[in-house]
Formats: sequence, C-alpha cells, structure tokens
Amino acid sequence: MKSLAILIGCAMAAWAASNDTFVIRNADVYPVTGAAMKGVSVLVQDGKIADIGAKIVAPKGMRVVDAKGLRVYPGMIDSGTELGLAEIESVRESVDTGELGEFMPQLRALVAVNPGSEHFGVVRVNGITSVMTFPSSGGRGGGGGGGRFGGGEQQLIAGQAALIHTDGWTWEDMAIERTAAMHLIFPSIAGRGGRGGGPIPDSVLELISGTAGASYTQARHTYEQQIAKLNDFFDQARQYQKERAAHAPGFKTDLKMEAMIPVLEGKVPMAVSASRASAIHDAIAFADKQNIKIVLLQPRELGQAAAELKAKNIPVILGRVLALPEAEDDPYDQAFTLPAEAYKAGVKFAFGTFDNEFVRNLPFQAATAVAFGLPYDEALKAVTINPAEIWGVANELGSVEKGKWADLVITTGDLLEIQTGIKHLYIKGKEVELTNKQTRLYEKYIAR
Amino acid sequence: MTKIKILLAASIALAPLGAETTVIRNATIMTVTKGTLKGSIVVRDGKIAEVGEKVMEPADAKIIDAGGQYVIPGIIDCHSHIAVDGSVNEGSVSVSSMVDIKDVINPEDIAIYRALAGGVTTANILHGSANAIGGQTLVLKMRWGKDAQGMIFEGALPGIKFALGENPKRAGNPQGGRGATTVEARYPATRMGIEDTIREAFNEAKAYKAEWDAYNAKVAGGEHLIPPRKDLKLEPLKEVLEGKRYIHAHCYRADEILMLMRVADDFGFKIRTFQHVLEGYKVAKEIAAHGAGASTFSDWWAFKVEALDAIPYNAAIMQKYGVVVSMNSDDAELMRHLNTEAAKAMRYGGVSETEALAMVTLNPAKQLGIDNRVGSIETGKDADLVIYDKYPLSDFAKVEKVLIDGNLYFDRDQDVTGRAARQAEKQKLLDKEKQNQPRQQPQRRPGA
Repeated sequence: MKSLAILIGCAMAAWAASNDTFVIRNADVYPVTGAAMKGVSVLVQDGKIADIGAKIVAPKGMRVVDAKGLRVYPGMIDSGTELGLAEIESVRESVDTGELGEFMPQLRALVAVNPGSEHFGVVRVNGITSVMTFPSSGGRGGGGGGGRFGGGEQQLIAGQAALIHTDGWTWEDMAIERTAAMHLIFPSIAGRGGRGGGPIPDSVLELISGTAGASYTQARHTYEQQIAKLNDFFDQARQYQKERAAHAPGFKTDLKMEAMIPVLEGKVPMAVSASRASAIHDAIAFADKQNIKIVLLQPRELGQAAAELKAKNIPVILGRVLALPEAEDDPYDQAFTLPAEAYKAGVKFAFGTFDNEFVRNLPFQAATAVAFGLPYDEALKAVTINPAEIWGVANELGSVEKGKWADLVITTGDLLEIQTGIKHLYIKGKEVELTNKQTRLYEKYIAR
Repeated sequence: MTKIKILLAASIALAPLGAETTVIRNATIMTVTKGTLKGSIVVRDGKIAEVGEKVMEPADAKIIDAGGQYVIPGIIDCHSHIAVDGSVNEGSVSVSSMVDIKDVINPEDIAIYRALAGGVTTANILHGSANAIGGQTLVLKMRWGKDAQGMIFEGALPGIKFALGENPKRAGNPQGGRGATTVEARYPATRMGIEDTIREAFNEAKAYKAEWDAYNAKVAGGEHLIPPRKDLKLEPLKEVLEGKRYIHAHCYRADEILMLMRVADDFGFKIRTFQHVLEGYKVAKEIAAHGAGASTFSDWWAFKVEALDAIPYNAAIMQKYGVVVSMNSDDAELMRHLNTEAAKAMRYGGVSETEALAMVTLNPAKQLGIDNRVGSIETGKDADLVIYDKYPLSDFAKVEKVLIDGNLYFDRDQDVTGRAARQAEKQKLLDKEKQNQPRQQPQRRPGA
C-alpha cells in the first residue's frame, strides 16, 4: 500500500510539474474561427489544446490558471519580419538579412536565427508567438534593394523564409516551417524619389521629358532585362528538374537548382515583394507563366491588381499600415485604408510589420486598419488564422481550437487595443515569462 | 511637374473660416488640466471662450456637432523635421549655430497637411543632429495654406539644437577609418571631444557676451563707442547665456546627458529639453534636479548601439521622478499618431490617462514655453482642438476635425469627399501635359 501511494505521489508530482499540461479556468475565449465563449475552460495537454468548454473537469492535481475576467486569444503571427537575423540595425556585424548574389534560393533564414536575440523577448510580451523571418526583407525602401546590407548588388531571389516560434532553445526548436516561402524581390522600375517620399508613379514618369525621360527608358530596359533573367533562371531550374528525374548521364547536383524544386512542384510558395499595382500585375503574369504558387508581399497599392489577386486566389501580406502615402498627392490615409480595400475586393490577407524593432506593434497596426474601415474580425484574423492558412500551418496554429498547439495569450482586454495588458503567454503550452531586457532595466531603475 | 503637385496639394487646404464663432457640441472633452467632461466648447476670435456642460451658444455660431466624439487639445510635437526645404543638416562644422531653420521653411510640404490629419497643431522644427552645436530652431503652427511667416508660432522663444553621441561624432569617423579616406575627419570623433567642443564654444560665447555687456554698460553711461563686431556663430549662444534661447539637445546615453548638464552648470545656463533621451530613465533624478524637460520616443530601440538600452518605460520612469515628459515623433509618419504614442505610456509603466495625454499636449507646450497659449482646453487659450471619432488614447481612434486658432484646418469628411474632384483635376492636368509633350521633347537628331 505504502509503495503504491508513493508511486501515485510521484506520478502526480511529475504531472503537476510538467509545464505544458494545465487548465485555464473562467476565461472568455476568443477562438477567432468561431464565436467568443464566455466563462469557459481550456484544457492543455502536452502542449496542445485538448478541450474547450464550460464543463471541463480538470484532473485532480493539474495546474490551474484562473483567468476570471481575462480573455484567451491565439498567439499572434507576424508574416513579415527579420527577427533573429538582425540585432542592431546600424551595426553591420549584427545583421544577417541581406546576402550577396542575384539568385540565392539555397540560402536559409532559419540557420541564421539567433535564439538569444533580445528582440524575441521584446516581441513576445506583446502577444506575438510566431513570425515569418525573411532573408533580405528589409522593409525600408521596398523590394529590389537587395536588403539593407546587400552590398549594392540587386537581389532577385533572396532565399528561404522560415516560420518560427518566438521562443526556443535553438533554431531547430523554434522552427514551425523550415522553408515556409521562397523570397523573390520582384524587379521594379524605380523612379526618382517624389516630393512625398515615394517614387514617381509610372503614369507620370512617362511624361517627364529630357534626362529624366531618358533615365526612365533606361530603367524600363533594365527592368525588362531582369524579368528575362528571372525567366531564364526558372527555365534552367525546370531543365534541371527534368534531368534529375531522368537520372541523366553526367548529372551534377546543383544546390541553387535543388532549392528551386519545391517551388516548381508547388510545395513552397514564392513570396513576391512588389509594391506598385503595375509591378503586382507583372508579378502575377510571371507566376502564371511559370505556373508557381505565390504570396504577394508588401504591396503599397492594389488598384486594378486587386481583382486579379482575388480571381487567382493569391494571398497578400500587407506591410506596414502605419506608413506614409507613396506619392505626394496620394490620400493621406492611403496605407491606413489599404487593408479595408483588400477586404472589400475579397483578397485574402495577413499583416506583416516588415521590421525588427517594431514587430511588437503588429496588433496596433491591425487596429489602425480597423479605425480606417476594416471590420474588426478581419483584422484579428489577419494576425492569427489567416497567416496560419497562408503559410500552410492552419492545422497547428492560428486559432484556439482542439488539437492545435497551445500558442495562447491571456489578456486583460481586446488583443489589438494598445492599453490592453498581457498576463500570460504560452508557446506550445509552455508558459513563457513576460520579462525581457527592457522589463529588467525597468525594475532596476524604477527602484533607484 | 512641381506646379501640378502644388496645385493639387493646395486644393486640399480648406478656406480658413475667419474669426467667426464656433460651438463644438455634445463632445466628451478631455481638457488635460480640468478633467474630462461631456459638454460644449465655444470658440471666439480664435480663442476658447467657454468650456462646460452647458454653455451660452451665440446665435450666429457655426455648430459642429461632435455627438459621441472626443475633443482634446491640439497635439504638439516637440521634435520634427517636416516643412524644411532640403537637408536639415549643415554638416561642415561642429558648431553650426549660425544657421537657422527659419530660412528654409517650406510651407508647401505635404507633411504639414498629413500631420494636421493626425491631430498635430504645433511642432518644434529642428535642425539635424550632425553637429555638437547645431542650428537654430523654430516653433510652427500647422496652418496649412499660409506662407512660412504665417506659420510661425508668434512669441514662442526660438531654440537651438545640440546633439550628443553617435551622430555628431560620425563625421569624425569617416568610412574606411580616419586617414584611410579622402574625406577629412571632422573633430570631434568621441564623446570626450563633444564635451570639449561645447565647452570651447561657450568659452568663446562667454567672452563675447562680456565684450558686449561692457560695451552696453558704457553706452548706457553716455559714452560714444564703436560696437564690438557681431559674431553670427556666437550670437545665439550669447542668447542662451541670457536665457533668451532654448537648448534642445539630442541625446541617448546617460553619460552624455549628465555631461551636458554639468557643462551647463559650469557656464550658468539651462538645458530646456533633452530630445530622444532614451537612457533618461537612468539619470531621471539628475534631469529633474536640473529642471530640464525630456522629449522621448515611446518605443524606438536597437536601431543603433546607443539605443540598445532604450526601454518603453522611459517616459513613465522619468515622469515618476518629476521630469516634464513629452512624446515626440522625429518622423513625418509617426507624427500622425502621437495619440497612440501617448497611450503606450499607459501600457508600459502605467501612466494615468491624463498624464499620458499631457505628454503630447500640455507637457510639450511647457517644454516650448507656450503653455500660456496652448496645451490644454481652457478659457482664454488658443482654440487649437482635435476631434476624434472615438476615445483618443486608443489605436482604434481617428481624427475627424482639427481647428487651429478656431479655424477648421482639417476635416476628414471634406478630404474624403473631395478626392474624386482632385483625381479628376490631376487627370486633366496630366492630359494637358501629355498634349504639350511633343513640343517639349528634345529634337531628335536625324537618323537617331
């Protein structure tokens, strides 16, 4: 009897200590994929959501998190970051976002993710549990620049973007999808900077006479050359794929070409950065011609391309909502209203901050879109279930549903509201402390 | 082209209403100094004539029904570089006190209108941060449509920009290293040299002031003398010593903040504001004791080495130690939502609603010495008012109307409804330009 009691005691202790099994009680659950449920429990077992409901009986001894008056949301997903790849923007040695080389599909962002980056802790405390981290995502100056530190060479294929959790001991731990997308920075006809900070639109560029007109012709020529190069590269990859399948004599493994095969097979989408409507239109035409699956990144306008995106079911990662208009005479709220415009056109989208230091503001960017016409539920979806679907992991994350990873945020209020406090955060059911370098400095100096 | 843009931009401007009487009715009024109430504001002759739950509505008053909406004082940005024609830095010398932002104000900068659309009514326009002692600064009201002179905040003391840390020492460390480049290094290259540069300048200014004081004393005594030579570099520094010009010092690290206060102590002047002041929380006691204000970013960090210890709790900690704190933008985009930057002080560090709102209204007014005119909703103050559709310390709110001196300078409804007409006007101008095109084309050489 005695030994049995000890055994049971041990088992219970082990259970109580296991940190990815617990129950959240009395919570208002916002699953995103369904209606809110008030005053219910969420049972988490082995890191996954085992049950949600009013009548869950927690096994005796199981850790209970009382969430009375609090809300449970799925952790947020930022679909465009360079997290883990860059520490201090101005210090070259600390930045690994932009590699040299025009066609670099073999590069993997994942292997350069530094799990010890201070940025992860800063981002987590605002409820962001996973991010897409892109090689050469830059986010400043748009596509075509080869990243912030691209050595001046124009990049076209920047490498493989990874979907990662914002916590883990190693990048292997953190990986959700090692290669969630291949990043293509679509060529653009970059005009001179307009007075509003953005480039001069094509329609106006064509009108400019003299030297500017000549440089436009030159830019157009360069652009066409780049598109031709891009098509060549895909043709080569297809040829390689054929020879490889046929075990052609003298066949040699080529790492660039190998990396392209999942793209050609439609297993990995090409994430295409293109900002203006004309470039988006061309990118869609390119995807059609090459018969590849694409996700559009960081458009700054949609215009007539919206209908094309909708017709072809191409999802979009909308960049910063808090951005200036492209041209001086564009409406002041152009970037604020772009999400509402995408929604009205029936385009599926998720949000990305395309940043490092400001990833933590993802929920506030989503809220701004609501202020300017996007239905609230759509904004919430665009930081949870939509990105999970777009990046092919909706069976694992993106909502509070049975069977998914317990990537959960417990809050004092609306997840997207700036004043809301985050009380608990779980990644794969493991509670992550809501501390970071900044909270530690705060504790230290408030007590000076 | 420029002409087209100016025409379009100008057409956005609303015709100022003149000195008519306006009543803003049924609003939730956040006065900052006298609590929050539901009621009306009477505006007469550009000033707030009455605020209360019940007011005397003049019979001929123009009525703005703000039912369900919120009114706050016009937002004041204590650090901006908009409305400046061309570069904001005169980088050739380390002491550039002879240059003045007033000489390069561009009243047609579209950023003014965009700032207005974000509720900003007043901004401190600063020289850049390339010099230990930079150029002279100026306070503007965002009176879009007026000329440069018409935008100047009457009676506001002018300032001068100082800069510490990485930016002013950059020219001392040209790319490739000192001596390894054709660009000559400019002293200083270190924080030590920055202290010395400032001390040397004030050493000169002190002697210069003594020379003038002696001259003035003698003249007052009836002597007839030739005045000393006027020195345009030292004149603004003499004004600093006389308390007639404010110092706004760009800084990041605690050591340099302390350094500047000690230099100021030695020469007997005050630092009016520390700008950015990201490590201000580490020397908050000292800043409070000196009596300087602090104008910071809400959450910028990690973009450079000196911003590594920046924390979003900075504003809250400094406030706790008794420093007058404001949130600034330093950025034409961020400037458009300083209300949410204020709300971040509530999220990070638990600042109260009124204190947070004061950080973008009353506190910057105090820092610029204009709180007798603006910064709160009180009888007798300038009628600089912002109407939001929702509770303004939230990312779900947007600006509906902005008044400056009682005149309506921004109206979202009018902006939105006027877009079709502006688009048509633009198209007309473009078509006209197209018709002119053949005549403007440079003559093609035969055979070319």
